[in-house]
Amino acid sequence: MSTQLQLPSYKAQSAEVAARFSEIKQRPVVLDIDRLGKTFESTKGRITALKDVDFRVHRKEFVSVIGPSGCGKSTLIRILAGLESPSNGEVRLDGERTSGPCKDRGMVFQGYTLFPWLCVRDNVTFGPRMAGMSKAKAKEKAEAWLDVIGLRKFADHYPDQLSGGMKQRVAIARALANEPRILLMDEPFGALDAQTRAGMQSHLIKVWDSIDLTILFITHDLDEAVYLSDRIVVLAAHPGRVQEVIEVPVPRPRDRSQFLSPAFLATKNRLEELIYGSTGGEHMTEMTHAGP
Amino acid sequence: MALPLLRVREPLAPGARSAATALAFLLPLALWALVSYVPFIWHPQVLVTDPGDSAVPGTYDFIAANERVDVASFELRNEELSKAGAKLAAGERVNPIYLPAPHEVARAFYTAFTTAPERRGDYWLHESLWHSCQIIFWGFLYAALLGLPLGVLCGTFPLISQLCEPFIDFVRYMPAPVFGALAVAIFGLADAPKITIIFIGTFFQMVLVVANTTRQVEPALLHAAQTLGANTRQLLTRVVIPSALPHLYRDTRILIGWAWTYLVVAELIGEKSGISAFIYQQQRYRHFDNVYASIVIIGAVGLLCDQLLAFAGTFLFPWQSAPSPLARSLREVPRRLRAALSGAPRAEVEVSK
Repeated sequence: MSTQLQLPSYKAQSAEVAARFSEIKQRPVVLDIDRLGKTFESTKGRITALKDVDFRVHRKEFVSVIGPSGCGKSTLIRILAGLESPSNGEVRLDGERTSGPCKDRGMVFQGYTLFPWLCVRDNVTFGPRMAGMSKAKAKEKAEAWLDVIGLRKFADHYPDQLSGGMKQRVAIARALANEPRILLMDEPFGALDAQTRAGMQSHLIKVWDSIDLTILFITHDLDEAVYLSDRIVVLAAHPGRVQEVIEVPVPRPRDRSQFLSPAFLATKNRLEELIYGSTGGEHMTEMTHAGP
Repeated sequence: MALPLLRVREPLAPGARSAATALAFLLPLALWALVSYVPFIWHPQVLVTDPGDSAVPGTYDFIAANERVDVASFELRNEELSKAGAKLAAGERVNPIYLPAPHEVARAFYTAFTTAPERRGDYWLHESLWHSCQIIFWGFLYAALLGLPLGVLCGTFPLISQLCEPFIDFVRYMPAPVFGALAVAIFGLADAPKITIIFIGTFFQMVLVVANTTRQVEPALLHAAQTLGANTRQLLTRVVIPSALPHLYRDTRILIGWAWTYLVVAELIGEKSGISAFIYQQQRYRHFDNVYASIVIIGAVGLLCDQLLAFAGTFLFPWQSAPSPLARSLREVPRRLRAALSGAPRAEVEVSK
């Protein structure tokens, strides 16, 4: 079986998609990552985790960062969140240099980081309460977010009574309740089973679509990156650096039926090439034929 | 047997669990009963009922009625008596006085509370016990009031940890009883030095244990809180403390056990007091049944206290593990009460807003 599917170039964009990207580039830059570098001192000497990482995220854009293990994805997002400080370069949020964590850069972690002693509602109100919002007002706000994620019924449950997917939805609502200028997501669906993960991806797109939200999303799942993102920043390892920034040519609104569209496959093919160094083409298409 | 009894880390069935718990107490009791009631197992002495012809001289002519003598001495005395053709001594095999039989101790549980002290000025058992509980309470309370906050701070802030823990680590190796003389010199003979010993015995351990527990707080929770905008004070009060609290509660239960171990030392310095003084007195009067009863009571009070705290824990930390059905229904009580009491007034408040 040597039928070779003729895929378009991943750079080929329909007029509609091209127009969308030129419109996105007109929007203000929310997150400006300016020649970011990070070196660690270890017993084996100096390790460069990130070198000259440089890209921008525009308002209401969905940007994914993907790369092989050891490319410094996690280090990058921890620096962006302010949980670590860079060795070189800087991160600007709406033009202002950032230092340390703050509520303008919300984060959703891979592990479930809900506060186990707080019920779902109180987890969601945590951020607003820290900022001094009154209990009643924070509660009102929390209920609205619980509606968005469809968990209002579970407001009084403790996190341990929820499934993994539900916990992550609460974590998203908790981060969003702070109305951050950017939402950083560190492999948020990595611990979920395939079915839940698919549901969460569609759910996230819907939420993102319905509000003014800018997302920077870390993943190692190629399908996930293509399905969700406007642009994909591909990192290379040793040292972690930007290899290519891909504009995903798949039109929006997206749904799962696009997984087999030529634009989707072409983009995924390119990611495969960049990350696993495969020659792509034949190997990929055969895999695809074998698929559903 | 179809099912082997010993299975690696397989949880026990509820029935087997209760049975094993009962056996944990029944087996030592059975062993004790066996030694006490079956004569040939031990019974190394003879309680002399009739010393025989005490006029016959001999190496063993010291035995007298109502005395406990070694079996060997008793038999040698009878040899002496039989050589002289005199009346033989009689008696029954018994255990030493320091090992009373279970029924005697059981009786002492009651009589120890009802027997008046032998000397005027001595305390009844319940008075002694109550006094001991007070010493423990105050000593532990002071230790907890200082030790818990300090430990939490040490576990949260590396600077405070580095400032306090090395010295505390040094002091905790000094056995609390060595401060006894000092405590008496400073605080006099009454309860203060005793409370001080309990304090010293538990405080230093507590700081280190609490600091360690606090350090176990999931860093990811702290990071999450930071990205949600929590400042240093909020991280401490809204994340570190609530997150560590159930574990600190468990530590506290274990540390109360430490307080009990220092109790006996504390009560014997200065003016002897409390349950230890009672035991000491009873031992001098050779009322060993009372001694055992008191020791068992200490164990029972400790166990009861711990179980009560464990039970209370299921209310204090409702997010932790599944509570027992009893705890669950009791937990509903305050909610229902609140609903019943505040239903009408709260509605008014909302209207007025």
